[in-house]
Amino acid sequence: MCLAMPEKVIEIGRGPAGDDALVDLGGVQKEISLALLDGVAVGDYVILHAGYALSQLDSEEAQRTLAAFADLGRAP
Amino acid sequence: MRQHEPAMKYIDEFRDGALARTLASKIAAQVQPGRHYSFMEFCGGHTHAISRYGLTELLPHNVRMVHGPGCPVCVLPMGRIDMAIRLALDHGVILCTYADTLRVPASGGLSLMKAKARGGDVRMVYATQDALQIARSNPDRQVVFFAIGFETTTPATALAMLQAQREGLTNFSVLCCHVLTPPAMRQILAAPEHPPGGGVQIDGFVGPAHVSIVIGSQPYEVFARQFHKPVVIAGFEPLDVLQAVWLLVRQVNAGRADVENEFARAVLPGGNPKAQACMDEVFEKRDTFEWRGLGELPQSALKIREAFAALDAERRFQLVYQPVLDHKACECAAILRGMKRPQDCAIFGSVCTPDNPVGSCMVSSEGACAAHYSYGRHQDGVA
Amino acid sequence: MSVKPGYVRPLDLKNGRVDMTHGAGARAMAQLIAELFARHLGNAYLGQGNDGAVLPAPMLNGQPARLVVATDGHVVSPLFFPGGNIGSLSVHGTLNDLAVMGATPLYLAAGFILEEGLPLADLDQIVLSMADVARAAGVPVVTGDTKVVERGKGDGVFITTTGVGVLPDGLDLGGARARPGDVVLVSGTLGDHGVAIMSQRDHLSFSAPILSDSAALHGLVAQLLASGADIHCLRDPTRGGLAATLNEIAHQSGVGMMLQESAIPIKPVVAAACEFLGLDPLNVANEGKLVVICAAADAQRALAALQAHPLGVDAAVIGEVRADARCFVQITTALGGRRMVDWLTGDALPRIC
Repeated sequence: MCLAMPEKVIEIGRGPAGDDALVDLGGVQKEISLALLDGVAVGDYVILHAGYALSQLDSEEAQRTLAAFADLGRAP
Repeated sequence: MRQHEPAMKYIDEFRDGALARTLASKIAAQVQPGRHYSFMEFCGGHTHAISRYGLTELLPHNVRMVHGPGCPVCVLPMGRIDMAIRLALDHGVILCTYADTLRVPASGGLSLMKAKARGGDVRMVYATQDALQIARSNPDRQVVFFAIGFETTTPATALAMLQAQREGLTNFSVLCCHVLTPPAMRQILAAPEHPPGGGVQIDGFVGPAHVSIVIGSQPYEVFARQFHKPVVIAGFEPLDVLQAVWLLVRQVNAGRADVENEFARAVLPGGNPKAQACMDEVFEKRDTFEWRGLGELPQSALKIREAFAALDAERRFQLVYQPVLDHKACECAAILRGMKRPQDCAIFGSVCTPDNPVGSCMVSSEGACAAHYSYGRHQDGVA
Repeated sequence: MSVKPGYVRPLDLKNGRVDMTHGAGARAMAQLIAELFARHLGNAYLGQGNDGAVLPAPMLNGQPARLVVATDGHVVSPLFFPGGNIGSLSVHGTLNDLAVMGATPLYLAAGFILEEGLPLADLDQIVLSMADVARAAGVPVVTGDTKVVERGKGDGVFITTTGVGVLPDGLDLGGARARPGDVVLVSGTLGDHGVAIMSQRDHLSFSAPILSDSAALHGLVAQLLASGADIHCLRDPTRGGLAATLNEIAHQSGVGMMLQESAIPIKPVVAAACEFLGLDPLNVANEGKLVVICAAADAQRALAALQAHPLGVDAAVIGEVRADARCFVQITTALGGRRMVDWLTGDALPRIC
């Protein structure tokens, strides 16, 4: 039950309570809620599910994970 | 797909074909010849990714992926869909639902889609906000949101209910069918069919991606410890899944049983505290809940707390859950536990197809049967 | 003050609405036809004002030719979408049905079912669009019909278009003609129309700079056929997307297919929108694309002919036809694994799951 996408935050502080944001995924834009996160800034990436951002994407960890794919690893 | 320039950051890179081949050879190099590995991917999203990208072909023959019950549509018993249908047809509510449930077969040959054809006001929504908006725009109608899903989706329902309460929306309520992941995993591991009692061998789990964003990696520690099974939380993209399989093979070879987090770019050990807090504010655990395929599981699903009783559709419309037996030939129960594969079901692909689903595993695109039928049946011996 | 003799108050195209009198076959309907439909679509045939249009015997280059007839109902909602409206769509759709048969389109007929309350300004714009497309294609609307249904019984307007064309001798295109070894091509990017429509649906509320690809394809088809390439099947993948079209052909021809995911042209923004909605672009509707199945030896010739036309710049070879008694359409994913491309039971529904 997990169709969730990483999206770039391009505008924050929207909506009646100020916790809505405009996000962009490859040119598609949508207004979503940041009510479940703190400290999200424009330019950050969040993971969106059913209208709510559930977590912020850690770009350093993402790079590390990508590097790990190519790393053959030695010891268990 | 051929694209004109890279567009989806943190998605495209995790689908790179060349890296996939690297990962495939990593796995092939890591498996011990003659040894068999069986890993359950718990989450329906992973089932879908494996099928949609044809990952089974990239894995060595002695690694088998067993599809688990992590598809909330698949584990929803027919009796719960019946409740939603009754709300639409008998109580005349505007029944808001995610698209996933529309074709799930219920009692009497009905589904929400068929109830709509019979005049039920069933409306597909993409988010809970849409349901709230429908309630605001239709003050003289009762609007019910059919809330399904594991922990990924539950916070959205909780927030919608908090908002409805704040706004004093008297015509909005929720039919809560949210279920929890750890109890289902425990049930799989503790099932009598599980060795040493014979039955399906599971050497480790590919842990859910987005559920883990909410609940964190900690809840899986107990399974690793108590049942000595490794759990690797994996992101949703195909490379994530392949890397997780590699990590699992490595652990099994070394006799380890740890929780590893491959999806560290989004999952923290403690998960999302805000999401957990608002879930906790609105919901509490049901004593017991019937799961399709897994039976009655204690403390495995959520109900709405007393403080939010006014938003509980079950209370408002005095709905009583009636268990309904599955079709005799339907093997969803065994398939959800990984005991059987879709092709082992006698009615798979003949009586039960996406056009005429008998069980919910054939309806949801994350269901093992639908995934196999739509993506994988070319591997079977027959059409 | 004096009033000109014979004065009839004109339709209020700016603020007026369709009402039940417009469908009653009497004066109000005659006025609607004269001041709206005929004003845009007017031609000698329509001007005759008879129950049917008398057309010359079908000829092509002075020789008697075979007739092709196609008909299409259009119920798109919303009526206006990025890249077009139900009017332009209805003309494109029928022109394309004729085109993929290899026919040169000659005449169109159009039937309208209007809902009481439809703003005349909308109808005016819709019919104007139809006229523009028909004129650009050189194909007149020679006869038509209008009915009005009560408010709530129609989605604004439903349009049925029927087209008549002529087929040159010796041309035999059909879904049953695909053979193992043939090559599968598409004329451009997939999924544009479906996503453009969905982006307008209220409850899906996302915005994306995607235009429907709705277009008349007969010029592209003519260029393709003129190249001399040995074309076996031509079809335009509308509802159900590429997946539905290829599965239909596979079953009609009794063959299988193998596609290459990395070769299929998809606009990045369409791919992103499909990700959002949990849809596969292969299941999403198109309204201005061709699927071409041709003999392997002529693949490059066909590709070049498509790419030389403005509507075919993104054309690509996407796979091949193979022998398969099960008639499966399969695809090699970008990751190298294989899976099926099945056709859906109903509409592709956005999922969150």
